Amino acid sequence: MTAIALIVGAALAVGAVVLVALPFLRDPAPVDDRLDAPGAAEERRLALVEERDRALAALKELEFDHRTGKIADDDYGELVGPLRQEAARTLRALDEERRAGPSAHEPKVRQVAVPAVEGEAVADEELVGDGETDVADRQVVDEPPIGPLEEGRDVQRRGVAEAK
Amino acid sequence: MAELGRAALVVSLGLSVYALVAGAIGARQNRRRLADSARNALFCSFGATLVASAVLASALVRHDFSFVYVAQHTDRSLSTPYALSAFWGGQEGSLLLWLLVLTGYGTLAVFVNRRLLRDLTAWVVPVLGGIGTFFAFMLVAVSSPFNTQTAPLDGAGLVASLQNPYMVAHPPMLYLGYVGLSIPFAFAAGALLSGKTDERWIVATRRWTLVAWTFLGFGQLLGAHWAYVEVGWGGYYAWDPVENAALMPWLAATAFLHSVMIQERKGMLKVWNMVLVALAFELSVLGTFLTRSGVVNSIHSFAKSSIGGWFLAFVVISTLFSVTLILWRLPLLKARTKLESALSREATFLYNNLLLVALCLTILWGVLFPIVTQLVKGETRTIGRPYYDFFLRAFGLPLLLLMGIGPLIAWRKTSVRALVRTLAWPIAVTVVCGIALAFAGAGSSKPGIIAYSFSAFVLATIVLELVRGTRATGSLFQLVSRNRRRYGGYVVHAAIVLLAIGIAGSSAYGANVERRLTLGQSATVDGYTLTNRGVTQRTTPRATETRAVLAVRGDWKGTIETGSNQFFNPPEPAQEVAIKTNWWRAEDLYVIADELHPKTNVVYVQVLVKPLVNLIWIAGIVFLIGSGIALWPDAREQRRLVTRLAPARA
Repeated sequence: MTAIALIVGAALAVGAVVLVALPFLRDPAPVDDRLDAPGAAEERRLALVEERDRALAALKELEFDHRTGKIADDDYGELVGPLRQEAARTLRALDEERRAGPSAHEPKVRQVAVPAVEGEAVADEELVGDGETDVADRQVVDEPPIGPLEEGRDVQRRGVAEAK
Repeated sequence: MAELGRAALVVSLGLSVYALVAGAIGARQNRRRLADSARNALFCSFGATLVASAVLASALVRHDFSFVYVAQHTDRSLSTPYALSAFWGGQEGSLLLWLLVLTGYGTLAVFVNRRLLRDLTAWVVPVLGGIGTFFAFMLVAVSSPFNTQTAPLDGAGLVASLQNPYMVAHPPMLYLGYVGLSIPFAFAAGALLSGKTDERWIVATRRWTLVAWTFLGFGQLLGAHWAYVEVGWGGYYAWDPVENAALMPWLAATAFLHSVMIQERKGMLKVWNMVLVALAFELSVLGTFLTRSGVVNSIHSFAKSSIGGWFLAFVVISTLFSVTLILWRLPLLKARTKLESALSREATFLYNNLLLVALCLTILWGVLFPIVTQLVKGETRTIGRPYYDFFLRAFGLPLLLLMGIGPLIAWRKTSVRALVRTLAWPIAVTVVCGIALAFAGAGSSKPGIIAYSFSAFVLATIVLELVRGTRATGSLFQLVSRNRRRYGGYVVHAAIVLLAIGIAGSSAYGANVERRLTLGQSATVDGYTLTNRGVTQRTTPRATETRAVLAVRGDWKGTIETGSNQFFNPPEPAQEVAIKTNWWRAEDLYVIADELHPKTNVVYVQVLVKPLVNLIWIAGIVFLIGSGIALWPDAREQRRLVTRLAPARA
């Protein structure tokens, strides 16, 4: 029993050493050994995406709260304008970033395939509702920034902002 | 086989140390292969710990008493499930479970995020490696489950009170909760270390926090039910330090789950969220310290040991690490916006956070008070139930009220007029319920009737939210499925309401009578008449069982047996209470017998009637359903995250 235990233990240790050394064994002389951390441009894009998601989520919440009577018409009218402007600003900025492209800001170091199945939870699932602006970036960019959102709502409710 | 277990633990320790050191160097010096290598070490440490755990589990099932741990915590009479449950019945096994869950959770969390959040996980690995190093070191050098001896014929057996189905599930649930809080802590620390304090760490850990919080909450309810049926004092929560040790991190995690929504929506409370994550983690380690050290008197005396000093050192070091990190990165944690109105959803979340943290710290002070008095005055003074009950009412009732108000208030700001209009129906329901309850006699307890009325208020707001939401979207299914986090949260709120009603009903409106009964003598309690039909005694292979036989008439009819067992191995007594549920009256008849005299047939009985107590256990099921809804995977969410993070890298 002791011999078996020792053999299994040794195999465990050897297996661990091989796995730990694997990144070096597989790629002994890499062209670039840096972590693919987001560069300045990518961080700027991420910040803009966060702002965009936050603005769109706030708009959606505002619409929903208005529809369910939690927020009065005059409060809605006061709040919706700045939120739309904020959403439009971030969408425009993202569009400009995209047009400029990553190469305009920094060299692309390596490419990493990203299988969709490994995606984790997003910050705000409430963004993705029926009739809402989706965050599929290309789709948003190719269309007027917040058109679908406003049009959809206008037809349904004729909110105060629209009336103004 | 013990050699294999020991070797596996040494390997796990070595790998954890490597994950800590190489991971920190790799992340600091931006070296991809070294960071990947450290990540693989973390994965392998899970494998090694799994091997060590398999060795211990195998020894327990085989009753291999050459393992000191197996001989100390089991005997041949134990069935396989109870023999396996001895894995966490003792200190060494519990530490191994900590390490197993930590490395398992860590491996999964890092593996899932290894590509999308590569720069962040590079820093998460050394943090997890550091925590793993501590537990692996404890197992290798201080408290090993693989010490051996010449095998005795039989073991010492498992403590009788642990031989209960709830105790098979309760400790692992708690550990899955305690240890699960390491993941948000590691990601938060990783974000601070890397200086990337954007929302990605929150996105990555939201579900992990919810999973840990669910296990911790459900584990506590299992423990409460165990105490109710097994400990035999008539209650389910005694404000025992070890019970409090599980409640405190759960309260901190509850505060975090709410406040993190404000950060997601408004970019506020970044420092507060970091503090809450660190607090929840530190309290979870402190909980293990309190459970394992024996530094405070507790009914969990089976857990006493001498490893407290190590844990205390770990708590101090990790707290200093967290505080230093947060202070260092304060400039990166500035809020982007301000609170726009005191009448807004985010403001109610803030109030809720303050109350939760105040309750948590009040309990912490109650737990630490005996230690502080011992250090300062040289004598141990404990804080009793009235202290905890007072603060539970002082902070718990406003929390209950806020649970109803919060969902009805809009984000950003709400006018008083809109708020009054929205609250009209729930307030009407509350007033009607309050008046009806007062007429029904519930006014005998002010906290009780307030808790009932506030519960009615919260339930009314949940129903109102569902009705209005369904009207707005056209379908209840669509409403819930497209907003699982919010509506799962409402179901959890409903569970908390059931819990509040159960606690208020069983503690404020119950009956409690003690009597000495001779043969044929009766006692009447709240509609039940119990008559002593004699005291019996019989011997089984495991224990001498003494029972009072009581005939019950009134709202429930039948015969009950209550008494005690004197176990042989280990030689210790255990209370065996009689519990009869009267579903028609929604209450339990709970009978404890003491000083049973088989020769004279005399018995002292304590008869308790506990109204609505079963709502507490039903709340546990509703809690699980709500958490399940909030946790249910959403493919659209995953697509969105990939869309958000991938374009510049693909």
